[in-house]
Amino acid sequence: MLKIEKILLHGGTVLDLENGKSARADVAIVDGKIRQVGEIETESFGGDVIDVSGAVLTPGLMDMHVHLREPGREDEETVASGCAAAMAGGFTAVCAMPNTEPECDTQEVVQFIKKRAEAELVDVYPIGAITKKRAGREISEMADMIRAGAVAFSDDGSPVLNTAVMKRALEYSSMYFSPIIDHCEDPFLFEGGHMNESKMSTLLGLPPIPPVGEEIMIGRNISLVRYVGGHLHVAHISTKRGVELVRQAKEEGLPVTCEVAPHHLVFSDEDLKEYDTNLKMNPPLRTPEDVEALKAGLKDGTIDVIASDHAPHSVEEKQVEFVEAPFGILGLETMLGIIITKIVKEKILSLEQALEKMCISPRRICRLPIPRIKKGEAANISIFDPDKKWTVDVKKFKSLSRNSPYDGWKLNGVVLGVVNKGLYQKS
Amino acid sequence: MALSISHLLGLRGVPASDITMILDTATSFKEILSRPIPKVPTLRGTTVVNFFYEPSTRTRISFELAEKRLSADTVNFSKTGSSVKKGETLRDTIRNIAAMKIDMVVVRHSAAGVPLFLTQCVDAAIINAGDGINEHPTQALLDMMTLRAKFGSLKGLKVAIVGDISHSRVAGSNIHGLQTMGAEVRVCGPKTLIPRGQEEICPVSYNLQETIEWADVLNILRIQLERQESGLFPSIREYHAEFGVTRRRLQQAKKDITIMHPGPINRGIELDSDIADSEFSVILDQVTNGVAVRMAVLYLLSGSDAKVDQ
Repeated sequence: MLKIEKILLHGGTVLDLENGKSARADVAIVDGKIRQVGEIETESFGGDVIDVSGAVLTPGLMDMHVHLREPGREDEETVASGCAAAMAGGFTAVCAMPNTEPECDTQEVVQFIKKRAEAELVDVYPIGAITKKRAGREISEMADMIRAGAVAFSDDGSPVLNTAVMKRALEYSSMYFSPIIDHCEDPFLFEGGHMNESKMSTLLGLPPIPPVGEEIMIGRNISLVRYVGGHLHVAHISTKRGVELVRQAKEEGLPVTCEVAPHHLVFSDEDLKEYDTNLKMNPPLRTPEDVEALKAGLKDGTIDVIASDHAPHSVEEKQVEFVEAPFGILGLETMLGIIITKIVKEKILSLEQALEKMCISPRRICRLPIPRIKKGEAANISIFDPDKKWTVDVKKFKSLSRNSPYDGWKLNGVVLGVVNKGLYQKS
Repeated sequence: MALSISHLLGLRGVPASDITMILDTATSFKEILSRPIPKVPTLRGTTVVNFFYEPSTRTRISFELAEKRLSADTVNFSKTGSSVKKGETLRDTIRNIAAMKIDMVVVRHSAAGVPLFLTQCVDAAIINAGDGINEHPTQALLDMMTLRAKFGSLKGLKVAIVGDISHSRVAGSNIHGLQTMGAEVRVCGPKTLIPRGQEEICPVSYNLQETIEWADVLNILRIQLERQESGLFPSIREYHAEFGVTRRRLQQAKKDITIMHPGPINRGIELDSDIADSEFSVILDQVTNGVAVRMAVLYLLSGSDAKVDQ
């Protein structure tokens, strides 16, 4: 990592995600601030010149759904290794989910995570638990956690089952304009399931998870938002009916947003024929029809955010019987490549539209300042070449875990580096 | 002549030519079983591990007998419950056993997909003796052998599988195998015990009487008591009344029908005692054929080129 005194990012194209306009421009950064954007002579610059020809410069990307595993499972990921993975993946900001050990349900744990991330280039924004111990009974000290740096609340990994508790959580958090991120599933229907319920679960003989469970919880939560207010953000939406409910809520003008994970756009339950535990996550891979509905939701704006649900698990935990393996896969180091290759190159979204869902939109939802590549702004920039290809090699991941289904995939989008907090990291 | 498959993980996707070869081989092995000394040296020097992670009596005995009749060296490994909770992973256990130089593994496990998982862990031929609610291919093969012996061919035969389809690996394998061999299959049971998407795989009926009228063969599955406890049907009494195969129902159909059951039978619940022991039943033939079919599978997957009729 390089502390920036004076550098020039030369030869790239600067993307303006808010206006969808892009222009060829060089960017001079002095002491962490953007000094100049435009055509800049390299000879007369008098600082470090970094050649980024062919690459694009975008306001720093953010992944709002990441499991950093610290505190508790530092063998799988730490704040530091998660930040390294984020940088390698082209991100300058992540939200850390609170299902750690202990849970992130008090300001002490929020502070601990913030402290761990202090010297990192990546902005780490803790998400507090909605309920104490994520047990679903009493709402946690949200105001205290917000003061310490929490940007949203979630019991991710579990839904808030008790409707009265969810009602209170929406009411309470709305005083602070903090979003409630719910993992929408009905645990009674879930009942020990391991894959989406469909013809495929019947053919593979795996205990099924009925997709209607997601729809029921989204529906309940939308009804609560209509009744008491608050901001509902649906984590990792995966079903056609779920997308439809969010679309209707938005048409009604309710403060409801949602995110999709890249794997739900790339795989379906038909890909589970080999019982690959690196394709086991929750929500599970759904049907090809659901995948199409998610793509349509991205296209029409129903889906606000693309977030990886980066869930590190140890090799030992994943190299087991399918029903014994934990849910979750890695995402930070492949998300940008997957989205460029499978969403942008397939013309579902333009590059700017896709990046907007990994930059502006998650920050808006979390009420965070939005970085801009403009003179006078703090430099918060992701640099990558969208056309250049690379091959995924999990052995080279910065993450401490290896549970990725993309090993060996050829992807577009090579990350060149990231700039933030006065630091530059070359990939 | 050799099988196109190198493991028997299930019958889904196994071609008819393979199934026919297994059934033909089993038929010639059956003759050996009726000899005064029912043993051949075919698999001498071949080591087979019976790797049973779930309680099993008849399947394990059937495999062990099949191995002994072929003169294979056998080792038994039994353990119940999850390996993960007991400190050693399944992958480590099987790799340790394989390091002792074994040729074949017969595996029974409560988790679907374990036989396939084992093929990724070790270099031995894997035979599925039942994985969770996925498949139990040798059971379906012995069912098909029994039906082929009785009817001459499986083509066009109408087979109904009755009972808890959701939790049955026997149903899964039978449907795939019978459909491949040209039989017509349908399932019948309470809707709470029919899995999602079943109607895309074969016709489904909730009416036992209509099913009996249609079928040449009823393959009746054991109903597990714990399914009632978890609320999937209201009572054993009502199950028997709606889905129990009784003499009265068979008489009402006024036709010959063949009764199969993979065992063990809950007499008086899914099948009346009287019918289980009647002229309709081929249940004990199934058990005898089980040994012959397993001999055939072991032999054909062993890579041995010893002649069958030694």
